[in-house]
Amino acid sequence: MGIGGRQRPPAQTMKDWRDLQSDFARHGYVAADDLSMALHIALALGRPLLLEGEAGVGKTEVARTLAAVKSTALIRLQCYEGLDAAQAIYEWNYQRQLLAIRASAEAGETGRVVEARLFSDEFLLERPLLKAIRQPVSPVLLIDEIDRADEEFEAYLLEVLSDYQITVPEIGTISAITRPMVILTANGTRDLSDALRRRCIYAHVGYPDRATELAILRSRCPALSDALSRQIIGFVQALRKEELDKKPGVAEMLDFAAALAGLGLADLTDDPVVLQAALGTLLKTQSDRAAVPTEVAQRIAGKAA
Amino acid sequence: MKPTRFAARDDGPAARVAGFMAHLRLNGFSLGVAETELALAALGQVEATDADTARMALQCVCAGSAEQAARFPALFDAYWRNGGRVRSKAVPTPVRTSMERMQTSRTGNDNAAPSGGGGRIEAPDDGGEGESEAGGEGKRVASRLANLMKKDLRELVSAQDIRQAEAVARRLGAVLCDRRSRRRRAAKRGQAIDFRRTIRASLATGGEPLDLRRKTRPDRAVRIVTLCDVSGSMLVYARPFLAFLAGWMRADPTSDAYLFHTRLVRISDALRDEDPLRALNRVTLLADGMGGGSKIGAALAQFAVRDARRIVGGRTVVVILSDGYDSDPPAVIGAALAKLKKRGCRILWLNPLKGWAGYAPIAGAMAAALPHLDLFAAANTLADLAALEGELSRL
Repeated sequence: MGIGGRQRPPAQTMKDWRDLQSDFARHGYVAADDLSMALHIALALGRPLLLEGEAGVGKTEVARTLAAVKSTALIRLQCYEGLDAAQAIYEWNYQRQLLAIRASAEAGETGRVVEARLFSDEFLLERPLLKAIRQPVSPVLLIDEIDRADEEFEAYLLEVLSDYQITVPEIGTISAITRPMVILTANGTRDLSDALRRRCIYAHVGYPDRATELAILRSRCPALSDALSRQIIGFVQALRKEELDKKPGVAEMLDFAAALAGLGLADLTDDPVVLQAALGTLLKTQSDRAAVPTEVAQRIAGKAA
Repeated sequence: MKPTRFAARDDGPAARVAGFMAHLRLNGFSLGVAETELALAALGQVEATDADTARMALQCVCAGSAEQAARFPALFDAYWRNGGRVRSKAVPTPVRTSMERMQTSRTGNDNAAPSGGGGRIEAPDDGGEGESEAGGEGKRVASRLANLMKKDLRELVSAQDIRQAEAVARRLGAVLCDRRSRRRRAAKRGQAIDFRRTIRASLATGGEPLDLRRKTRPDRAVRIVTLCDVSGSMLVYARPFLAFLAGWMRADPTSDAYLFHTRLVRISDALRDEDPLRALNRVTLLADGMGGGSKIGAALAQFAVRDARRIVGGRTVVVILSDGYDSDPPAVIGAALAKLKKRGCRILWLNPLKGWAGYAPIAGAMAAALPHLDLFAAANTLADLAALEGELSRL
């Protein structure tokens, strides 16, 4: 088990980062060069990949697509403030343990046998981290929004990511059967420790440029007309340059496109009322809505055409 | 650009990559031997003869933040390409360089001229915009000028001040620490049952969970961020405030401190220097322009947009030490505080003028700020700050 854990993910399947990029494109994810390279290096060297960037630029989607490309399972750990070992690693099934103690007392079993059974796999609830290192096929482990978790958890995670083994006091040390491909995402809620940054391969995911975003839209919504696609991208890109609290991400852009398609708009400047209604998919705060009234939206839409 | 030609005695690619790592270290990247090894391994995985490919491979290993990632391409070019290291043989352009020289000499005189001698450091308007002399009532006005004259903080604050302030700061910090964590710890009288410990304990009573162990949410320390105004009008109060900040920084390792006048400067690390006097010296270097004009609105807006995203959250208390005499329009300050408030923090404004008899917050900036404040209190001396304890515990 221990020796198996040292193995890297198979290397022959990824000859070059360009191949990885085109694999991603085939699964509907248009990855920038920097990101593809970071993914390639992280996979080749068996290191975790830290993705940082604004909300809605498609960080989580990278993990999903990677799982699809490698046709393997995606195990996701959503971090939040106060996340602890019981939710991230493992927990004993206490209710079943209590019942088992009762049953064994009635059957007249002795202490050692009971104890061995109580603290066996049968009563162990796997949480994402433990689950990820016990898969027969190397899975993709997504640790989402790591910056929301406490610093203590980050330190623990560091230990798991360097040895790929977890110690359960009652059982002993569990080593990885296969090494998961680890992807961490962060969007700057708090600063991450240098130690974690140093362990990881790093990629900053920014808002895509015009051509990339157009490619994303085309791969996701092929039914949209070419002219409208261009307009949508121009509009969203221009909107990001405005002074907004929360800039629309790629996910919002796709929602916006879907909304326009659903409303049957052929040209952004056609109907100001419809456009304003569809803006709800892009601007999600009161002050942002107030910052882009109908006239401003029309002006931006006019330029985007 | 042409690729760099290396000398014949060059030690090979490994040494060159090690040299590159040293180059990055000099530029503020924290990289060790392990990263050098990783970088070499990464280069082995790609077509390293292509410059752009090699750049991207090295970037994802070496850069650890968005800021470093943005700087990386230039640093890469500077080391690996001839153009970055050797002066290019392009035709010299004397016209442009002389233009540049003219511009630089002009910008030097652009702001307030460095005054010789002691000068009148209390006056907010050294540059003489006229307003302060015009009114007979002695109205205080904010100055827009940056003061380039250096003030040595060691003349303002003594080591003893800092020690006193440290004690005050520690007490205030303890008062503010009352936010709950979501994480639970074992506790005798907690609300939730700690199953893990209960089962463990039940083994002693033959599987009967007689002894119920409990857990509770522990208290979590709040983080305190202090913004101290050191513009001309505030200089007389700099002594208690800076001593207080220095004491606070040393008492509480998670807190942060900023100075602002016409710019915003982070001084937490400088103030934490082991030697109190050296700490002040470092702040003096950082606080270039102290005692000049005040741009409270701009400084707060910059803080709210840039720094607050990282350090201000629901468990943060932002303390502003300022007299509220601002040269920016009052709306700027209101908008900045509203933005800050949205991050869920509490905002305290300690104004030295509030201690004056008959003071009313009529300065535009102060009036705009008031609706966003959790506490607006007077503070001119260390004793006043110590007296805040009662007020803070009520927040």
